[in-house]
Amino acid sequence: MLKSRRNFIAKALSLGAYSLTIASGLLHSSLAHAQRLKFSLNNYHETIGYLFQGAELIDNHYKIQIYRLPKVAENGANVPIKVVSNFKDITKIYILVQNNPHPLSAEFTLSPAVAAQVSARLKMAKTSNVIVIVEADGKFYRKVKNVKVAKGGCGG
Amino acid sequence: MANSSSIKIRTKRLDGNTQIRTLITHPMENGRNRDKIGNFIPAHHIQELWIEHNRKKVISCDMGGSISKNPYFDFLLKGGEVGDTVTVSWVDNLGNTDTKDQKIK
Repeated sequence: MLKSRRNFIAKALSLGAYSLTIASGLLHSSLAHAQRLKFSLNNYHETIGYLFQGAELIDNHYKIQIYRLPKVAENGANVPIKVVSNFKDITKIYILVQNNPHPLSAEFTLSPAVAAQVSARLKMAKTSNVIVIVEADGKFYRKVKNVKVAKGGCGG
Repeated sequence: MANSSSIKIRTKRLDGNTQIRTLITHPMENGRNRDKIGNFIPAHHIQELWIEHNRKKVISCDMGGSISKNPYFDFLLKGGEVGDTVTVSWVDNLGNTDTKDQKIK
């Protein structure tokens, strides 16, 4: 009797620990999934809605400058872009390509130790608007530029 | 990669700030391209890149598959002294990772 009760307790404990590890594993993977979800949304408006939850986007602010981005890109596989901004408390810079299968390209998280100046190279499937959204002081500022793509860079 | 790192870093002092340029060797496959016989090439792209200045994270970048192959980035670090350490690290969707240190010259 005593022995079987001990057995039962040991089993219950080990089972409990097992289910705990499973649960924490699930939790972790769902968190990682939420973090990556924004990159797998395949519609521009859906992506904007998911990222900014209906917050107002202030258009064409003079404190955002876009450099290096060509008006006509010969090859969509490698389109340079440089974003410079004069806002003081910048926390994030988003770069989106409206007509790409997955519009969100990159999301930069800035600390006060760096200047608000980033550059990258994008892939563009076809002619599209390139949208830069800067988050500063809890507000969102958007700048849009159109790029004509002669040869798409996403298909094989 | 034992001898050659996938990361190249160049630093340059500019008016008291430090420009950090980095070039990473990576295929950045987004999972929608097909190979010669028409099968999809599995997605293989960097998910996160981050830069540390003296072991303190200063900027990070989450990205999807629509960043170009062999991605190039540049950033401007406020301040930064000669001899400081700049570290660039990345992790991709297959769990591969690489990191490299560079002293500011």
